[in-house]
Amino acid sequence: MIEIALLFAFGCYSLGLLFNLWRITRGPDAADRILALDTMVINVIALLILYGIREGTSVYYEASMLVAMVGFVSTVAYCRFILRGDIIE
Amino acid sequence: MAPVTEILISFFIVVSGIFGLVGSYGLIKLRDTMQRLHAPTKATTLGVGGALIASMLYFLLVKDSFSFHELLITLFLFLTAPITANFISKAFMVSNLRPKDVPETGRDYGWAIYDDPPQLKEPEAEGKGE
Repeated sequence: MIEIALLFAFGCYSLGLLFNLWRITRGPDAADRILALDTMVINVIALLILYGIREGTSVYYEASMLVAMVGFVSTVAYCRFILRGDIIE
Repeated sequence: MAPVTEILISFFIVVSGIFGLVGSYGLIKLRDTMQRLHAPTKATTLGVGGALIASMLYFLLVKDSFSFHELLITLFLFLTAPITANFISKAFMVSNLRPKDVPETGRDYGWAIYDDPPQLKEPEAEGKGE
């Protein structure tokens, strides 16, 4: 039963990643693209956690923690580049 | 494994998947950038939160090992989500809104994206003559 639920959640998050990719290609503004990239990072974190449940190991927490940190830093850096034309002034 | 445990873990996994899909679907459904900013918060809080609760329950009830890593990820995401939302809305404002489109701030200095930061007064400016 957990296996079926995991397959359903994998499908949902994969479809969500495709939606995000569509928004990245179409997004009329830079803010839309940053938002879609940030949502992609969120979806990848959830996918990693669910994959950790499926494999039964706790190795993937460290991976998802690293993805969360890198995603936050890259989102802020991209937004600062749009805002000021520079990342670290 | 008890059936109740299995149903509980599966419920949280399914809730996580549904809310992750809703958050990403709102990103292509809503019309405006400021409206689209609203949708992925569902995926952040309920999607990842549901996956983390399911993971905690699985490792607690099935594997008999409790870990705090999931709580750390939840805490980190809840702390950083408002900051990224603020930065994305600022990046939208700086390219789409002019200073006359936004209301007055009612303070001594204006909006942070249009005006320079307020200069602090130097208290010892007249103290050291030479």
